[in-house]
Amino acid sequence: MALDDPRVSATEERLATMEVPDVGCTARAREAALGRVRAMGLPQARDEYWKYTRPDTLIQPQAPAAAVFEDDEPPVFDGGDRLKIVFVDGIFDPDRSDDLSLEGVEIDRLEDVCCTKEHWAEDLYGTLEARGQTPVARPLAALNTAYAGDGVTIRVTGKPSKPINLIYMHVDEAADVFLHHVVRVESGAVATILENGPAAARFNKCIEIDIADGGTLHHVRAQGRDHQRRAVTHLFARLGAESVFKSFSLTVNGVLTRNECVVEFLGDGGIAHIAGACVGDGDFLHDDTVFVTHDAVGCESRQVFKKVLRNGARGVFQGKILVKSGAQKTDGYQISQSLMLDDDSEFDAKPELEIYADDVACSHGSTSGAIDEDALFYLRARGVPHGIATDLLTLAFLAEAVEEVEDVTLREELVARLDAWLTRRRD
Amino acid sequence: MLEINNLHVDLEDEDKTILKGVTLSVEPGSVHAIMGPNGSGKSTLSYVLAGRDGYKVTQGGATLEGRDILDMETEERAAAGLFLAFQYPVEIPGVGNMTFLRTALNSQRKARGEKEMSATDFLKMVREKARTLKIDADMLKRPVNVGFSGGEKKRNEILQMAVLEPQMCILDETDSGLDVDAMKLVADGVNALRDGKRAFLVITHYQRLLNHIKPDVVHIMANGRIIKTGGPELALEVEENGYADILEEVA
Repeated sequence: MALDDPRVSATEERLATMEVPDVGCTARAREAALGRVRAMGLPQARDEYWKYTRPDTLIQPQAPAAAVFEDDEPPVFDGGDRLKIVFVDGIFDPDRSDDLSLEGVEIDRLEDVCCTKEHWAEDLYGTLEARGQTPVARPLAALNTAYAGDGVTIRVTGKPSKPINLIYMHVDEAADVFLHHVVRVESGAVATILENGPAAARFNKCIEIDIADGGTLHHVRAQGRDHQRRAVTHLFARLGAESVFKSFSLTVNGVLTRNECVVEFLGDGGIAHIAGACVGDGDFLHDDTVFVTHDAVGCESRQVFKKVLRNGARGVFQGKILVKSGAQKTDGYQISQSLMLDDDSEFDAKPELEIYADDVACSHGSTSGAIDEDALFYLRARGVPHGIATDLLTLAFLAEAVEEVEDVTLREELVARLDAWLTRRRD
Repeated sequence: MLEINNLHVDLEDEDKTILKGVTLSVEPGSVHAIMGPNGSGKSTLSYVLAGRDGYKVTQGGATLEGRDILDMETEERAAAGLFLAFQYPVEIPGVGNMTFLRTALNSQRKARGEKEMSATDFLKMVREKARTLKIDADMLKRPVNVGFSGGEKKRNEILQMAVLEPQMCILDETDSGLDVDAMKLVADGVNALRDGKRAFLVITHYQRLLNHIKPDVVHIMANGRIIKTGGPELALEVEENGYADILEEVA
């Protein structure tokens, strides 16, 4: 690459403002990641993978400021018992956090990943991210591996009695934050990880999840209500035989959110469900970019994404199922739908299937539509006012995604948040 | 109760007139039936009264208990006591039947300035009414009309009528798609709601529903007009001879 290449100059301009932190025993992984960033270069507006979402504000040296939102709702997930791990503007806050000891799980800060103690996460940090760079480059994830200053490592060895809740508070309106977590679910272990909060003005988060044979992980997140925040998140999951991974994301507000999710089945009979519901009003762009690779026999993958858009809000979905040769009996499903509440909104969807095995069942669908007039009339004919009827139908549209969350209490809480969001905007 | 006066209706998007001067007066406590061949405008009449989009009233009007309903929003008409049992009840995936019923009832109460019903009272009331219509707990839990058989959908319409207790009920071809047993069940549900004040307008192709829901007055509608009005014997005449004779007679 020539030096006057805009990608090279943009990349170097960004790297020049940062220093690779010395956190735990991750130096080698960071050096390798930095090498990947330089080799790939940071994303540019013309990149195929960034066709619908402009990357400029995600890569520019200075994060655009984002006002801290005065949240008048109690924090999501507050209702249930959970182990709280709190980050304020991307820095672990021991005072706000619970004691990290809990039966069935080992939780450490990233800085505790120490070479001399042969920490389990030492070999995992950056590994799944690096695997996830082919066939599609994800330079912002490599950037994260190189520069993340904080994060936790979570090793699930049993069945912890309560969910582990990562809470991301946003205080400084210029906060530019990198967090990197590493999760290992051992054979037969079962856990739930919750994430919530806006985290920063610009949040780059990476989570690497390695699930051993027969392990189960539930992951539910709510991305905070700050209107001006930006987030680019990467989730890399590697699934062993007969393992289960279920992830759901709720996004309300946020000027820019890109959630990338990369799932790889390496053992037979695994199950992965990735789902998301988002609601956007006005200056809002939400991008779900998903890549599921079936490289084992008899695995089931499901992608369910629903977006409600109004006042010029934009939704993006890029979802791919890759079935490698030999991954017979694959059951792959993908649906991405948008409900547009007016004529100003936009939804761009790119569903992809690439299949090299001959005995598989894969389906995908994508729709964009308005509120069903027949259903609306039916509800109104029973006396339900227009605004409430529209909200009922909007929640009904989102239901298929929210129902991917198995825990009833969590599900009800998520629905209540969506309902409140709609009610605040009712005519 | 319901007064329809010289009602003329066009389709909004096409240059087509559907109703060409319908006049009808339904007294409190009475059952009126409207029969007629396909395309006579029966369903249009029910949709226009309920407030569906796509129609333009060019002349005439309709009042419910003296109030002009054609100026009201659909939901206001419902709160004012008008109920349309749909020919094709709409499936609404993702909205639970109970949530739907409760939202509808409390919206109407709120609109009328009445107190909303508590969840406990509501549950008790619905269960009782559902039982007489042989609607089980599972049907109440499921999304509105999703996966319901034709008979179940129509029973669900009658349940809504029983819960909402409207003053004026319009039944649009409620008998279509019903077998004899289901029709009897639906008719029993309707008859149970006859209280001397509540009025019914039963739209049907066939006389058989009228064996179960006995009308006081029968109207024959054709080509956008009511062409003949009589007693229950008029329905029997249609059953016997079809519409051809009557159409000829008035032509």
